[in-house]
Amino acid sequence: MKKLSTLLAATAIATLMAGSAWSKTFVYCSEASPEGFDPGMYTGGQTFDAAAHTVYNRLVEFKRGTTEIEPALAESWEISADGKEYTFKLRPGVKFQTTEYFTPTRELNADDVIFSFERQYKADNAWNKYVPGASWEYFSGMGLPDLLEKVEKVDDLTVKIVLKRPEAPLLANLGMPFISILSKEYADKLQAEGKMELMNQQPLGTGPFTFVAYQPDAAIRYKANPDYWGGKQKIDDLVFAITTDAAVRAQKLKAGECHLMSYPNAADVAELKADPNLHISEQAGLNVSYLAYNTLVPPFDKAEVRKALNMAVNRQAIVDAVFQGAATVAKNPIPPTMWSYNDKVEDDKYDPEAAKKMLEDAGVKDLKMKIWAMPVARPYMLNARRAAELMQADLAKIGVTVEIVSYEWAEYLKLSSAKDRDGAAILGWTGDNGDPDNFLDTLLGCDAVGGNNRAQWCNKEFDDLVTKAKETSDVAERTKLYEEAQIVFKKEAPWNTLDHSLAVVPMSKKVSGFVQSPLGDFVFEGVDIAE
Amino acid sequence: MAVAEIKTTKPQTGFAEFWFYFSRNKGAVMGLAVFLIILFVAVFAAFVAPHSPSIQNRDVLLLPPGWTQGGQWTYLLGTDAVGRDILSRLIYGARFSLFIGLVVVTLSVISGVLVGLIAGYFRGRTDTIIMRVMDIILAFPSLLLALVLVAVLGPGLVNAMIAISLVNLPHFVRLTRAAVMSERTKDYVIASRVAGAGTLRLMFLTILPNCLAPLIVQATLAFSAAILDAAALGFLGMGAQPPTPEWGTMLAEAREFIQRAWWVVTFPGLAILVTVIAINLMGDGLRDALDPKLKRS
Amino acid sequence: MAGGSKTFGPSVFQRKKGLAPMLRFIFGRLAVLIPTFLGVSLIAFSFIRLLPGDPVMLMSGERVMAPERHAELMHQLGLDRPMYVQYFDYLGGLVTGDFGSSIVTKRPVLDDFINLFPATLELSICAIIVAVLLGIPAGVIAAVKRGTWLDQSLMGVALIGYSMPIFWWGLLLIIFFSGYLGWTPVSGRISMMYFFPQVTGFMLIDSLISGQAGAFRSAVSYLILPTIVLATIPLAVIARQTRSAMLEVLGEDYVRTARSKGLSPVRVIGIHALRNALIPVITTIGLQVGVLLAGAILTETIFSWPGIGKWMVDSVFKRDYQVVQGGLMLIAAMIMIINLIVDVLYGFINPRIRH
Repeated sequence: MKKLSTLLAATAIATLMAGSAWSKTFVYCSEASPEGFDPGMYTGGQTFDAAAHTVYNRLVEFKRGTTEIEPALAESWEISADGKEYTFKLRPGVKFQTTEYFTPTRELNADDVIFSFERQYKADNAWNKYVPGASWEYFSGMGLPDLLEKVEKVDDLTVKIVLKRPEAPLLANLGMPFISILSKEYADKLQAEGKMELMNQQPLGTGPFTFVAYQPDAAIRYKANPDYWGGKQKIDDLVFAITTDAAVRAQKLKAGECHLMSYPNAADVAELKADPNLHISEQAGLNVSYLAYNTLVPPFDKAEVRKALNMAVNRQAIVDAVFQGAATVAKNPIPPTMWSYNDKVEDDKYDPEAAKKMLEDAGVKDLKMKIWAMPVARPYMLNARRAAELMQADLAKIGVTVEIVSYEWAEYLKLSSAKDRDGAAILGWTGDNGDPDNFLDTLLGCDAVGGNNRAQWCNKEFDDLVTKAKETSDVAERTKLYEEAQIVFKKEAPWNTLDHSLAVVPMSKKVSGFVQSPLGDFVFEGVDIAE
Repeated sequence: MAVAEIKTTKPQTGFAEFWFYFSRNKGAVMGLAVFLIILFVAVFAAFVAPHSPSIQNRDVLLLPPGWTQGGQWTYLLGTDAVGRDILSRLIYGARFSLFIGLVVVTLSVISGVLVGLIAGYFRGRTDTIIMRVMDIILAFPSLLLALVLVAVLGPGLVNAMIAISLVNLPHFVRLTRAAVMSERTKDYVIASRVAGAGTLRLMFLTILPNCLAPLIVQATLAFSAAILDAAALGFLGMGAQPPTPEWGTMLAEAREFIQRAWWVVTFPGLAILVTVIAINLMGDGLRDALDPKLKRS
Repeated sequence: MAGGSKTFGPSVFQRKKGLAPMLRFIFGRLAVLIPTFLGVSLIAFSFIRLLPGDPVMLMSGERVMAPERHAELMHQLGLDRPMYVQYFDYLGGLVTGDFGSSIVTKRPVLDDFINLFPATLELSICAIIVAVLLGIPAGVIAAVKRGTWLDQSLMGVALIGYSMPIFWWGLLLIIFFSGYLGWTPVSGRISMMYFFPQVTGFMLIDSLISGQAGAFRSAVSYLILPTIVLATIPLAVIARQTRSAMLEVLGEDYVRTARSKGLSPVRVIGIHALRNALIPVITTIGLQVGVLLAGAILTETIFSWPGIGKWMVDSVFKRDYQVVQGGLMLIAAMIMIINLIVDVLYGFINPRIRH
């Protein structure tokens, strides 16, 4: 009965083979349309997969499968003693892609790098507002406009970045997709022709794949870049088949319509694992999901109350019901795959009896509270509503009445950061660059109160530790500081750390060379398919 | 004998006559019967449902229906992802669907008739403005308009009902207006006007009762359409919010299990379908019974 | 009309020949369209301003944006100006064909619409063809065989179709035909193995033009399930409407006369009756445009069909102000124009309604 589709697929492949004898096409079922093709302007992971990791490169990049920085367009770099000057030596002989719409005449040089930086923060740069509503969210989100003193050319293949203050996580930031290196020559040509908006529609970079075409909401096509400095890819064509429904993606993978898929439904994973033609790759995601109490509002200003509530919630049940097991219970605010993760920290035990007593001892009776549940599914929390219902049931057992509230997503993000928020909010974070600072200071630092610090928690001891770590470049020293900070965090319990989800990537057994990125990116450099 | 009976019942007016024609349509009677059963189940959900619709039994997640392998008879139609009994949720869900239908029809009939009466009775500029506004509403696909409206008002059952009522409005306005316009020049209306009847009296007591038949038929259609639309909104995530056991919302939640648990997808949809068919059957019967033109044939 | 309005009889036939009244009819309709269109623009505009949550917040996701940055972006997008300024600015843009640019993708709304619309159109045309080709014969047969089991089962099926929650129907078809039997692909428009330039935007035509073997078959296999789902309700409506129109016509004198003259039943039904019965049916088909678009929203969502229905739903969820606003306008304008065309056609067929 499956003959018809097999037949169709067979004819399809036959035709393709006839077209070009060696054409190897890799089809990836992706979860969403890219917002655009200029990685600087967007924040969506699907956009980075579609533009930054295919078409572009960065000065430094994350070594595949890790959060370690390795040389990319910059061959080497030096950091000055005061930690304020970074000098990058560019890789010589790097060619930009040749496409139907542009043929480069020169190789990568310092001008391209400076252009790629300046367009994102210099208001007088012609490219700063090249399309209506152009904005550089990540660039400003990572605090670069305030941090950068200047980016200057030393010679054709040397670039110097000068900072206003030392910032240890800078290198990791430079590995992030938003700071991809564009071709200034291409930009100049578009500008001269008055077609600047094409930069966002027909990208051109130095990366392993050359952009061919985008059919909105349907597919993106690339071919291997023959001039790639890292060597030509083993596959000839790369296709992103945009399929927003996870169940449908799974169906397509099983039917052989794609080779690899992103974000399967937790419910489908068991069945996909059972399929003899598929291989499932799993890795702990670089994320955390938490329930943030508002530590400014009594009785949640008392650590023992927060601790008691934490102990009353059976987090394993949440992992089972929401993730069908594809997650681990969290005890620290940073995920276990991140350096400086403190495994010695002792987790709160699920113990409703003790929790009840602790509450009584703290003088809290008939507690009524709100739990905020996010209205959307995120990788770190697939169904906040369901998780909130489970917590509601658990807390009822110790006499705490919970009301679940939710808001539209944009409202939720805004209202949940208000200092006078009524209730505890479920939220989470996916690491941007693998630096612990990106979790501990961004989410729990005193500066972030009223912003990313949803617990509104300002603890001097903790804040001093993470601030000091930020200004130190020695990794061993930083590790020690962060480990200590995690102990303080656990003692004070501003959050109930819920889970770290597992990133699950199902793929056909024919696929080889795919390495999962801890950052959740889908990078197809180096993949191959067996015939 | 049957003929004799008909002859004696015919002169009786009102309900008897209506029932005579209505009951000739077997489908309509069936529809009515099914509808009454659903209504009964909805009203007495607390007694009928074998389980609570919200209690999660974490030992039986995604249990298949009772008659299949691995099923348990206590969970006749199986359980959902958090171990709630699907049958009980469907039974409680009937409450929401019927309630939605009722509220939407009431809202749109009352406001539609009022606006339609005003337009049809006063004519002139009032009429032009009203009808233009109705044209504007009709220029959008109803579901799209409802979707955007709910997005504006905030997702939820109440707002979904308001949105659906609004997109239904033009049908009632147009119908009432057309009926009023054809009635207002008739002799009996002119006669009562000459006799000194006031505007309100003319509108509501003289003209309106004579336009009721098409309105009732339209109301039935709107009832079933409202259930479908609310379910569609729920399915798109803009209607009732989980864990409300509204059928469309249940379907939306079930979507992720389409590969693994066919029962969580199948039964809520079936419940919607059966309810809507029953109401539409009744609607057909009502039309036959109330539409004088069809009565002749 | 001025001179002849009081004469009856033959003048009705004369009027049919003159083009002037027809034009006047069309212009009259157009004159009504303009205020309606303004009203539509006002509604689309104000709806979007009333949406809770602002698009700028969503730009940075979980990362909270500094208030100054937020204000700067609001200013940059022109969202901090007074409402009426924004509205007139928007109207001004409309006149020049500028429907704004998406906040998320930064692409012009009109470009996206033009890109995605052929997919919706292709699906809708296929659905309406299926609905007409099956619905009219079913209605005719049911009318001719009135009261028999055939009539009852046809109308029973039509009633089920008419009552169908199509989003569920689509899921069932996917479970059965794609999942269980493996006959049809799950979603999309064509196998990713094929790639050819977009000429018309209609996959069926483009795949033929491309000359790639198997491309057309692939496109058809992707189209089958969505077409069935989208055709379901129009099919049922057309079948029911055809039946009742036929019944009415069959009861009229000229049909009885034709019958009594001994004309063959096929001739009577096929030529005399059907031709007259089709007039209301055509109107019904015209009215299905709105129904189709509403259906397309659900069908496209289920089958990941890259058309404007899915585009609108996604944009509502992404709070993409400009797209929802522009999309509403474009879709409403299209429906109004199609309704106008149906009206005019109907006016041609049936001159009695032209005043």
